[in-house]
Amino acid sequence: MTVTALTAHRVLDELKKCGITHIVWLPSSETRFMDDAMMSQHELTLVGVCREGEAIAIAAGLMLGSKEPVVMHQNTGFFESGDSVRGLALGLRLPLLLLIGYRGWRRDAPITDSAAIFTEPILDTWGIKHYLVETDRDVERISMGYKEAHETNKPVAILIGREYE
Amino acid sequence: MMESFEALKVISQHRGNAIIVATMTAHLEWPQISTNPDLDLMFSGAMGKASSMGLGLALAQPDKKVIVLDGDGSLLMNLGSLVTIANMAPRNLIHFVFENTVYRITGGQPIPAAGKFSFIALARDAGYANVHEFEDLESLENNLETVINQVGPTFVCLKLLPATERPPFPFVRTADIISRFRAALQRSSH
Repeated sequence: MTVTALTAHRVLDELKKCGITHIVWLPSSETRFMDDAMMSQHELTLVGVCREGEAIAIAAGLMLGSKEPVVMHQNTGFFESGDSVRGLALGLRLPLLLLIGYRGWRRDAPITDSAAIFTEPILDTWGIKHYLVETDRDVERISMGYKEAHETNKPVAILIGREYE
Repeated sequence: MMESFEALKVISQHRGNAIIVATMTAHLEWPQISTNPDLDLMFSGAMGKASSMGLGLALAQPDKKVIVLDGDGSLLMNLGSLVTIANMAPRNLIHFVFENTVYRITGGQPIPAAGKFSFIALARDAGYANVHEFEDLESLENNLETVINQVGPTFVCLKLLPATERPPFPFVRTADIISRFRAALQRSSH
């Protein structure tokens, strides 16, 4: 059976299905495949940021104002955003969906990039549930993560394991 | 130069029904002054990110004014937010920075390059629609109504006297008021 690559329109459709209103993002290699499709649609508002910690705080403001944002950035940016994740997403119990480009992740080869080595242990330490999405067959995990975030009032991470081609 | 508490009193007189996001010195002083505490978000938990929280609220609630009361050291932690805010261009955001040139909350240590750069120049070049700087209370009082009613994003730098002691008021945890704030926001949206 042919493995289907993760495609932008499937991810966007899944986000729309969840009622997402805004994508607060900083580009990364792993989510590069989303860019053209994101920028050519008008249903979801894009909020580009300069640094990832900003993204969490902007998303928090959107959520307090009754919008449904997701934050999308790389795992390295997730590390950078640590204080905002701690104090806002976790501290204020926000059901925020994080789409995290999983830099360095390899299914069939040893992982040598510390960005990937530390990603899941840090998410686990903070009690943030995470799900891997590699292909279109996994895309419903986005809705699952969104639902879980709202049921638990906690952020949930979707790890995008797709390398820029 | 102004005292922060006196400047906040002036802002309160012109605040109307605006949402307030207050951090650092303003976080401690504003609750002593505010006449609409339900719509006040005393912001802590992510250093430097009050301006970003304000942007999110302004985008989510475009029909309400959002006033951010930021610190100078705080904004320096998140200077990129000036560019992000200008790029999103929320018409309803007014971003004050209280330039006292010190980290007041941690003991009055000077901020980097204190007095050697201009916040309004940074905000202007980032692309804010309006920038203002006030050095005394009288000019703030005389101009604030006009400033608040401009189409934003608007940036206002208030030149304050350096202060080394924390304001003598209790600290309000954001987590403790978030439900009240959220409920008030929802009520005011209907």
